[in-house]
Formats: sequence, C-alpha cells, structure tokens
Amino acid sequence: MTQSADPSSETASPYPQFPMRRGCPFGEPDEYAELRAKEPVSRASLKVNGKPTWLVTRHQDVKQVLGDPRASSNLKRPGYPHQFHISEEMLAHVRLMLLSMDPPDHTAQRRMLIPEFTARRVKEMRPRIQEIVDERIDAMLAAEGPVDLVTALALPVPSLTICELLGVPYEDHARFETWSAAMMNHDLSPEEYGAAVQALDTYLDELVTLKESEPGDDLISRFLEKNRAEQVADHVDVVTMARMMLVGGHETTANMIALGVLALLEHPDHLAELRADPALLPNAIEELLRVFSISDSGTARVAVEDIEVGGVTIRAGEGILALNNAADHDETVFPDPGTLDFHRREARSHLAFGYGIHQCMGANLARAELEIVYGTLLRRVPGLRLAVPAEELRFKDDAMVYGVYELPVTW
Amino acid sequence: MRVTTDRDRCVGSGQCAMLSPDVFDQDDDGLVLVLQERPDAELLEDVHRAADLCPSRTIQVTG
Ligand code: HEM
Ligand code: SF4
Repeated sequence: MTQSADPSSETASPYPQFPMRRGCPFGEPDEYAELRAKEPVSRASLKVNGKPTWLVTRHQDVKQVLGDPRASSNLKRPGYPHQFHISEEMLAHVRLMLLSMDPPDHTAQRRMLIPEFTARRVKEMRPRIQEIVDERIDAMLAAEGPVDLVTALALPVPSLTICELLGVPYEDHARFETWSAAMMNHDLSPEEYGAAVQALDTYLDELVTLKESEPGDDLISRFLEKNRAEQVADHVDVVTMARMMLVGGHETTANMIALGVLALLEHPDHLAELRADPALLPNAIEELLRVFSISDSGTARVAVEDIEVGGVTIRAGEGILALNNAADHDETVFPDPGTLDFHRREARSHLAFGYGIHQCMGANLARAELEIVYGTLLRRVPGLRLAVPAEELRFKDDAMVYGVYELPVTW
Repeated sequence: MRVTTDRDRCVGSGQCAMLSPDVFDQDDDGLVLVLQERPDAELLEDVHRAADLCPSRTIQVTG
C-alpha cells in the first residue's frame, strides 16, 4: 500500500491483507513464493473483517496442520478465521456441517457417508454422469455458438450429479438446477440471492421429509436408514448434510470444469498431447487441480492448543489458513511449480482436496466428473475455442472458491 | 515388503483403492481392505505412493 495522506484511513493492522490476488489465473498470488521462502508461517489480516490469522504456505507444514487434532474445524470457536461476514447471533444458530465438525461427531457422521463415495460406487455412477454430460453437450451443439460454457455445461453437470446422488426426483431437476445456479450467480441482488437460498433450503427440507416416508435408492435414504440404528442426526442435521453435499460439490466442481477447459484452450500444446494420448487425462486432471487449487483457503482451522509449526508457535485460540494453493506451488515438492506439466510424476501429491480427516469426500466423484467432461469435449467438440479474447475474462479473485465468471466459447 | 493398516484411522478417501487396486480395496463400510499383505515387487512403487498419499497415514509398509 502506498502512503496515504490521512493515516486514520489506514487499517490498524500491520499485517498484509488476505486474500491476495492471483497475478496469473494459472498460478498462485505472487506473495506466496516469498512467504514460503522467508516466512512460511506468517501473520495476515482478513480483508473481510480486519481480524488476524496465520498463513501456512509450505507443503509439509500445511499437511502437518491438516493432520493435527489440535487444529479444529469448528467455525463457532472464537478465533476461527471467517472469510465472509457472519454475525455472532447468526453464528450461534448455525447447525454445523460435517466440514465444520471435530471428532467424535465428525467421525460418526463421516463413517455413515464414506460408503457413498468409494472408488467402486463412483465407478457405478459414471454411466449416468456420461449421459448428463452428453445431454448437455447435445443441447450446446444444437444452439448457435457462442455460448457461455459455465451456464451450458460447468454448472449443470455437478448440479445434476448431486441430484442423482441425493435422489432428487427427475421432475424436480430443473428447479433444483435453477436454484443452485442462482446461489452461484454473483450478479443477483441480495434479495434474489436470499430467495434462491431459501427456496433450496425449503426444498431440501421437503426432500428429506419425503425420503423419511418413501425411501429410495439414494444417499439420503441410506443415511436415514443407518441413522435409525445409530441415532447420530436429527431431521435438521440430515437437511444440513444434504446441503453440505450441494455446497461442497457444486461450485467447486463447476469452477474446476470451466477453469480446466480454459487452461486447455490457452495451452494448445497440452491439448494436442491429450488428444494424442487420452490415457494421460487422469494425470492431467491432477495437474489442473494442483495449478488452480481453487479452494485455497477452504482449509481453515483454529488452534485449540498451542501448535508448533515451521518453527513458529501458534497459540490456542488463533486462526489458521493452511493455504493449499501455496502448498501446491511449493518448489521443494513440485519443481518448476508454475509450469503446467501433464506428465508431472508428483502431480497427485497436491492438497487441492485438503488432507487429513476432512479430506474431500467427493474427490473421486469430482475426478470422475472432470474426466468425463474434458474427455467428452475433446472427442465431440474438437473445434472448441474461446469466443472472446482471454484478457476479457473476469475471475473470482475475492471469492472463497476461485473460478471464472463466464467462459464464452464457440466451435 | 509387508503392508499393514490401522482401520481405526482410515477416513475412507479411497485414494489407495484408486492408486493401487491390486493391493487395496474398500469394504462395505468404505474402509480400507488389504488384498495382498505381501505384494509383488513390481507393485512396490504404487503401494508406497498410496501410503504416502493416504490422508490419515493409515498405511504402513515395512521390509
Ligand atoms: C474439484 C472439486 C472439489 C474441490 C476442489 C473440493 C475441495 C474440498 C476441500 C479442500 C475440502 C476440505 C476442507 C477442509 O479441510 O476443511 C473438501 C471437503 C469436502 N468436500 Fe469437496 N471439493 C470438490 C468436490 C466435491 C464434491 C463433488 C463433493 C460431493 C458431492 C464434495 C464434498 C465434500 C465434503 C462432504 C467435504 C467435507 C469432508 C469432511 O469434512 O470430512 N466435494 N472439499
Ligand atoms: S487412502 Fe488411507 S484413508 Fe483413504 S481409504 Fe485408503 S487407507 Fe483409508
């Protein structure tokens, strides 16, 4: 920041502000490399509320924090580094999602959900995901280009996949998709946004009630069935769990779909490599997940006891952002980290899905969605290209999940 | 080489079953199952990667 004429207009905090902007959409904020080298565990001030937090930037240290039982995910604990405005009163009423629970509550709920996301279960879901992707690409190709790939493909695919998972009846798919897309639309007024959130919440509540009386072959019904024996959740917990699946799996996957397509279009050599050797796709996806690490600060914690990390003592009650985008550009683990390399051997060591007991439950599902979307686009739309100069694209620089707002393409 | 796991630690991420399906699977609860306790040498590399990438440090490779 440059010297200001009026010192009182400066924020009181001497620390750098978080979030920091990514200079290049395919990389990390410039400050991260310097932090890793000089001050791997450092202080920052949260832009949204001016409160202090620790930033952890080295791969090894991020893994250490995320694997440490003294680092709590409970956002109700004082000192938790909130990254959006939330009042004390609202906080008191929030029902904790799995993402924000600590053991033993976390262990009990996660164990009930694990069978839904095994490697085998995800494999079984693939044909249906392929159908969803094909239908969307049919619709896209039937229209005249250019179209916005975000609304035509990136948002509907994860939304409909979550419909499948949760057992949303087919006739409700369109409504579900409209609301979940609205929740991601930053151009809506606060009233419109609030209405979409409310409609979706009401819908999920009704859906759980429906499954209570008419169980089907889906995640919610199986969760309710197990819960009858184990009694770990009440009705509101089940609705909260369903919302967690939507919140966790929708915007993340949608942003990754659009950013990955952009990366391929902007790196024609890499695209040609994939065309020549489709078996490269799984590793290419790990590399794309690594370079974007879209949920950089989603791995937030608060220390419940003093924690020694990277030579620094983080005191009990202090907030920690274990930055996975910083970790995923650590040159000691990923040589030449700024270079996109689909053959990179260590690509899968990225922490874009987190690490430890909260590691993304939907990781294998997200990988399958990305593989099917990219693979099908490569096969079916070989002429895909940007419809606007890349410099005109707007990126979600201040959002908690990085992405691109619109991606106009033609073919 | 001998592969052991501590199932109480497993968080069911399925990384192992994806990376090294000849050696690891997930049971009906989604927790890790070791299919071969003494896998052949050519599987060594994958098994080590699975152990390294396991988010809950559940997998031990000895010998
Ligand atoms: C590319 C897409 C995705 C990315 C980058 C991503 C990223 C993440 C990250 C970083 C975490 C860990 C947060 C923490 O440690 O505090 C997480 C947790 C989680 N994710 Fe994902 N996610 C993606 C897709 C999905 C999908 C498709 C689903 C489900 C349908 C999902 C469901 C969850 C759940 C339930 C958790 C909480 C797990 C727990 O607390 O035990 N995610 N995700
Ligand atoms: S990788 Fe680790 S946590 Fe994940 S299923 Fe295998 S043993 Fe369990």
